[in-house]
Amino acid sequence: MMLGKPPLEAIRIIFWDPLFDPNFAAYSRPQLLVKAAPLILIAIGLSLGFRAGIWNIGAEGQYIMGAICGAGMGLAFYPTQSVFIFPLMIAAGALGGWLWAMIPAVLRTRFNTNEILVSLMLVYVAESILASVSQGLLKNPEGYGFPGSRNLQQYSSAANTEIFVGTGMHWGVVAAFVSVIFAYVLLTRHIRGFHIRLTGEAPRAAKFAGVVPTRVIVFCLGISGMLAGLAGMFEVSGPAGQITIDFNSGYGFTAIIVAFLGRLHPIGILLAGLLMALTYIGGELAQLMLGLPGASIQLFQGMLLFFLLATDVFTHYRIRFGEGK
Amino acid sequence: MDLSSINPVLLIASLMVSATPIMLAAIGETIVEKAGVLNLGVEGMMITGAVVGFVVGINTGSPMLGFLAAAVASAILSISFGFLTLYLLSNQVATGLGLTLVGLGLSALIGKPYEGMKSTTLDPIEIPILSDIPIVGKMLFAHDPMVYFSIILVGAVWAFLKYSRAGLVLRAVGENHNAAHALGYKVVRIRMLAIMFGGACSGLGGAYISLVRVPQWTEGMTAGAGWIALAIVVFASWKPWRILLGAYLFGGVTVLQLNLQAAGVAIPVEYLSMSPYLITIIVLVFISALGNQGAPASLGRSFHAST
Repeated sequence: MMLGKPPLEAIRIIFWDPLFDPNFAAYSRPQLLVKAAPLILIAIGLSLGFRAGIWNIGAEGQYIMGAICGAGMGLAFYPTQSVFIFPLMIAAGALGGWLWAMIPAVLRTRFNTNEILVSLMLVYVAESILASVSQGLLKNPEGYGFPGSRNLQQYSSAANTEIFVGTGMHWGVVAAFVSVIFAYVLLTRHIRGFHIRLTGEAPRAAKFAGVVPTRVIVFCLGISGMLAGLAGMFEVSGPAGQITIDFNSGYGFTAIIVAFLGRLHPIGILLAGLLMALTYIGGELAQLMLGLPGASIQLFQGMLLFFLLATDVFTHYRIRFGEGK
Repeated sequence: MDLSSINPVLLIASLMVSATPIMLAAIGETIVEKAGVLNLGVEGMMITGAVVGFVVGINTGSPMLGFLAAAVASAILSISFGFLTLYLLSNQVATGLGLTLVGLGLSALIGKPYEGMKSTTLDPIEIPILSDIPIVGKMLFAHDPMVYFSIILVGAVWAFLKYSRAGLVLRAVGENHNAAHALGYKVVRIRMLAIMFGGACSGLGGAYISLVRVPQWTEGMTAGAGWIALAIVVFASWKPWRILLGAYLFGGVTVLQLNLQAAGVAIPVEYLSMSPYLITIIVLVFISALGNQGAPASLGRSFHAST
């Protein structure tokens, strides 16, 4: 970190203090799960597509749409109290993300349109919709004219509360763990997972094996959209609490790094998600303690991906010095 | 609603300004893709160019130096992409995404102290005689030098690809890198030069946003322009003159929706501001529905000269 700050101290503050320093750990440890859950959820979905060579980079948009649909479903029932509201919101969130991901999926399978560009463009469209609903459709009627929806944390039927108080363990964290197990089983034990891997590693062999590319594309994009939508829904009903104009915070893009950092493997993604969450929390701490600019963490995360890709060559190829025979 | 407040002359003049950054980035990316490399890091290089251009422009007081510095900085950044994809054979899609993320972080870091400042911008050059033509003169011939430069660059790239030997070699490398290698052309070196050219163009495009079009620095100010540039390359079927068309079409939509916002049309602002992205998607769908439009055959594939 060439920013005139002691590098070793910065590393300690970012990676060690949030977990073990008695002053910060009580606050930071629960935050770790809160931040890691959406990253893991989204990254698991993305990794399935990345394995098959399907590049959904618009998870941010699916995350936003999941949050809007989930929150919209909850607010539609306001102020009724019922145990069914939260499950309905989960379904709506998943459906919102799924539908948003179906747009690039259908365009890709129908017209062979590049899914990278379409899914990314849809992020900007989703951001516009977010701005629109937080000032219109979902605006809090008792919010004194400020943009933003009602706070779902104050609406107990729709709130995504901590399951064990003080741990940061909310329903999204549970969903993240479930998704890891689901992806692991899918990839190692299920024929669909085998098809995904085959499509990515040997497309020609996949064709001979009778894999229908259309189905793989729709499946991968659908799952990743659904998981991103879920992540958005858990975020809006839990840690964020409400729909606001700047509700999204780039989880959809950071999850791309998480997916690669975890080597597109479910268990790896679990660990990578926790590590990346740590850099977020540690970064905030370093901002507080050292005055390290917030953007430096963003740069660090990007560089991490870059160096990771650079070292991949050592795992794929053996370097021989001198004249090989 | 008052549509008569929209002045067609001003509309076309501002259309050219708003299309220039995308056009610069897209023409650079055309060369990169023609050499068979898919660099998805255009957005990252543009935003780096934007911040470097702005910082240098403010500190030296010369926007021209800002442009130069932006081109150099983005070219240097693109070398990292080239090194990873060409020498370490990493996946081009993933590396390009990484480049974008690095660029966004880097630019936010560099630009922090410069937020809210205002830089000197380029003065328009009124081309003698031509700019005196009524209506058309003010519309087309009274712009700043970068607008003309971008058009000249499109022409130069077209001529380079079509008529020069080097352009032919570049296209050969993009179509079939193994055959080009067998003929003795330095595939990796040619691709690296193409990537650097693309980087420099993206940097110029980014600097145009922060030095002329806005002219200020705000975090994430390119707002997807790099991705739109990538879409325009596809739209243009990798043909330089169609890049010009695509960029002006897109610039036209952007300017028109801004003008409609200002004129107070009944459509909510959010729906107007999403329109450029929606139209890009629709155009992409049309182009891809027509079938393969001449994408270079080796696009996105790694090259390794095995003995």
